[in-house]
Amino acid sequence: MHELIRSNKRRSALVIIVFCTVFVAIGWIVGVTVGGGWTLTVVALVLSLVLSVGSWWSSATIALKVSRARPADETEYRRLHNLVEGLCIAGGIPKPGVYIIDDEAPNAFATGRNPQHAAIAVTTGLLNKMNRVELEGVVAHELSHIRHYDIAVSTIAVTLVGAVALMSDLALRTLWWNGGRTSRSNDRNGHNNPLAIVGFILIIVAPIIATLLQRAVSRQRESLADVGACELTRYPPGLISALEKLQDDTTVTHSASTATAHMWIEQPMSGVGDNGRLGSVHKLFNTHPPLEERIQALKDL
Amino acid sequence: MTILIVLVVVVLLLLFVGALYNGLVRKRNSVDNGWSQIDVQLKRRLDLIPNLVETVKGYAEHEREALEAVIAARNGAVAAPDTPGAQAAAEGPIAGALRQLFAVSEAYPDLKANTNFLSLQEELSATEGRIAYARQFYNDAVLRYHNAIDQVPGVIVAKMFSFNHREYFDAGPEADRVPSVSF
Repeated sequence: MHELIRSNKRRSALVIIVFCTVFVAIGWIVGVTVGGGWTLTVVALVLSLVLSVGSWWSSATIALKVSRARPADETEYRRLHNLVEGLCIAGGIPKPGVYIIDDEAPNAFATGRNPQHAAIAVTTGLLNKMNRVELEGVVAHELSHIRHYDIAVSTIAVTLVGAVALMSDLALRTLWWNGGRTSRSNDRNGHNNPLAIVGFILIIVAPIIATLLQRAVSRQRESLADVGACELTRYPPGLISALEKLQDDTTVTHSASTATAHMWIEQPMSGVGDNGRLGSVHKLFNTHPPLEERIQALKDL
Repeated sequence: MTILIVLVVVVLLLLFVGALYNGLVRKRNSVDNGWSQIDVQLKRRLDLIPNLVETVKGYAEHEREALEAVIAARNGAVAAPDTPGAQAAAEGPIAGALRQLFAVSEAYPDLKANTNFLSLQEELSATEGRIAYARQFYNDAVLRYHNAIDQVPGVIVAKMFSFNHREYFDAGPEADRVPSVSF
């Protein structure tokens, strides 16, 4: 289990490195294709840095506001508070803020930049539909996200994806303003710069690759949080039956948006493309592995 | 030149030992932290028991035997030395006696309707759960610490700075026996 966590940490580091390389590559390509476009690159870099640090710092507050979460009352939700406290002791992390979302659909998410500044939110639907062990499994899954620093990494990933998209957008626009010429330096000799064509393709493809990478990381982390949850509760059947209940449930979480999709225990928009038409391509863009796969993985433990 | 090489090797060695030492200290602190978590929950349970006994007495005077078993088990835990092994051994009887007390209270509808009793019951079962979780965390921490101080290279540093083994929070074989119930 610890081996799995380590390999996952390596993977996240790798993804961040790949992201940064893509980022720098695009910056360089902008320079090559537009010629001396370094000011743009620097502006984009600074902007994305400010954005990522800012969103990392206030991730919890923003996510909770967006989902219309309210603090869970200590006496009204005594059982939930007790569950969270117990599991935090098992995980050796401080107790996070506990929030309630008024929503019929059973779902939950965790947020925060580190275990000291974390919060978990559950919907009223989850509290109504789950029994104690199932609720414990779900809460343990969310606490595992906090323990593994998943939220920080996914926030960084999201902002990096945004930054890459922003960069390529800028690059495309400058190309457009440049009258369709691929480079200033080859105006006179009339030859096309082959590097610029490669760059042009990269600029289009990069955001797609970035999104795919982000989704892959997210899927990996969901499976890992499932395993981590069982490490906390020492009782896989609890989480298995919770996931089975989520699978059978057809209500859609209304409080979720695409921006926060990766945070929830069950992908909120799962009903949208599930008629089989999108097939394997759709699977690539999912933030979560299919519930059947997650349940099977837990049964194999 | 040779002096330089020797110096570099010595500095690297010192850094290595320092890193090892810090790692062991971190693991030992984690063990201490785990133990204080258990201790807090054990004390909390000891504080809750007198309230419970008073509440039950008011409704179920006849269950003297079950009440006295709880009090005796609590006194045993208070008297036990503050070490993981001894506390774990005293912990078993309390859990057993409490379970028995809650079982006999099933026969008293008035008691079961008492809000004070209900909240005490929820608090005690929550505390019970927290003790189980804290024990899990503590025993894992002890295992990691032992692995670190028993294996090469940690064992060398551990011997040098006397990092000692810690007790598991484990009551031993006799605690697993189901207590005998007589009606």
